[in-house]
Amino acid sequence: MTTTAVGPESAVWRALGTVLDPELDEPITDLDFVASLEVRDHEVFVDLRLPTYFCAPNFAYLMVADAHDVLTGLPGITRVRVRLLDHFAADEINAGVAAGDGFDASFPGLATGELDELRRTFLRKAHIAYQEKLASRLLRSGCTQEELVRVRLRDLEDSRELAKLRRRREQLGLPSQDDAPLLLDDRGEPVEVDTLPVRLRFARTTRVSIEANAGWCRGLLSTRYGGEDRDLHPRQLE
Amino acid sequence: MYTKDGEQYFIVDSHIHFWDGTPANQANRYGEGFLNCFYDYHRNLSPETELWSLEHFQKQTEADLMHDLFEVGYVDTAIFQPTYLTDFFVNGFNTTEQDGALAEKHPDKFLVNGAWDPRDGEAGLAALEQLVERWQPRGVKLYTAEWKGESKGWKLSDPWSYRYLEKCRELGIRNIHVHKGPTIYPLNRDSFDVADVDEAATAFPDLNFIIEHVGLPRLEDFCWIATQEPNVYGGLAVAMPFIHSRPRYFAQIIGELLYWLDENRITFASDYAIWTPKWLVEKFVDFQIPPDLQSEYGVLTADIKRKILGLNAARLYDIPVPSEARVSEPAVHAAVGSETNEEVLTS
Repeated sequence: MTTTAVGPESAVWRALGTVLDPELDEPITDLDFVASLEVRDHEVFVDLRLPTYFCAPNFAYLMVADAHDVLTGLPGITRVRVRLLDHFAADEINAGVAAGDGFDASFPGLATGELDELRRTFLRKAHIAYQEKLASRLLRSGCTQEELVRVRLRDLEDSRELAKLRRRREQLGLPSQDDAPLLLDDRGEPVEVDTLPVRLRFARTTRVSIEANAGWCRGLLSTRYGGEDRDLHPRQLE
Repeated sequence: MYTKDGEQYFIVDSHIHFWDGTPANQANRYGEGFLNCFYDYHRNLSPETELWSLEHFQKQTEADLMHDLFEVGYVDTAIFQPTYLTDFFVNGFNTTEQDGALAEKHPDKFLVNGAWDPRDGEAGLAALEQLVERWQPRGVKLYTAEWKGESKGWKLSDPWSYRYLEKCRELGIRNIHVHKGPTIYPLNRDSFDVADVDEAATAFPDLNFIIEHVGLPRLEDFCWIATQEPNVYGGLAVAMPFIHSRPRYFAQIIGELLYWLDENRITFASDYAIWTPKWLVEKFVDFQIPPDLQSEYGVLTADIKRKILGLNAARLYDIPVPSEARVSEPAVHAAVGSETNEEVLTS
């Protein structure tokens, strides 16, 4: 049997990097949620950890299940085991994901369905937050509100936020091509200029909420498991 | 009372506990996990000089509490918010009875709130009547994520919740503190969603709904309902300590709250014993919105700070405020821009 050291350049690590914390809209690899990752021959073993014992079980389930799915899809991998550690519902989640029964079956009597709508709710929040970031940048550089509602994705410079915005739109089934407007509501309709100010205001609150939550989660993880609290040196808001 | 630069601040700590989180009282791994989770909150957001040992954090003495709040913490009135958690702790974590015993010894310092759980049905309604007769609470603290046997939570919009809110109205309880937590039925929905509070606040316009932790981690959902419901308030427990290690987030959170709610519906709290009021009060009085955010959020004046630190809660609880700590301009209830915002975002 061969155990392979798994670094950030490996295919399995990159695959895990596509798994997001749905609430924070950040990869579990960046959030330091991957406690260990090991590849033995054609088998992958992953342990995940979260900032608190009582982190919401539905989001925890999504991360474990998504990690399981992306690894199972890798060429040459015959077996995948993803385990959540130190969480009140770890047993239910780990057994449910391993069996592939779905969320509802993992929590008998406690759920009324699967997690698709929950995931969409948070994709929408992330989409709103990226729109706000890109729009605020344009407004600061002198763009007027009348111009802003006419801005298309092709008019924007390449950036991390733009790439993420396009990806969230694809996941939500919203227009993500170059000719799509930067500002779209949840149904994919263009935003009118008279509704723009309050929309941007609310979008900013959503962004602040996600960022503050992500910072708090990073901090709690570092308190719980040690390691640097990178959030104490936060990126400046652009 | 806290005095700085000639300004006086009347302090109401509107969310405190007198808990027993010792191993002897932990009923199971959930009780242990709950207490340790709180301890990580404490360790993560406290200044180094304010850090406690786990043992001290598990249980404080009466002398500790009196010292931390009133001898060095500047608090004028503190409000006990019980958190029963009887599935996690043998004798409950922090009950009205535990709190009340202390409140009776120091009636000029404490107000004690009650609690109810709609899953207790008719028997719980009778128990609430007895609780009110015994302790005369002016508010209740509700924890919607509390476990009860097979149930992992409840909603404020449940039919039985309405029965209890009607009972509160009948018994003269006006202040409904709502604390959201991470487990709630059904588990496939967002447990921090405050939509149920929105419904209840509309149905009971004569009651005040104080959302603890200002809805964090869903600040946006909380702000959204608070703009539409003039009887919805934001309690700053858990948000306050961000002021030390994450001052920029703190500024943004306060700035958002001031924009959507205005300065009359935000209340200070330490969430003792997770944190202590002394450093929170000192830092808040010294705090200002960073210059590069002032064009968006404005600045915090001494009057705004006075309202948040004490006057708003004093108004909710009819706590007399000395004349030197009042503000010239009286508080007005307002739901900022409610009609236009709703039309815009739901159209």
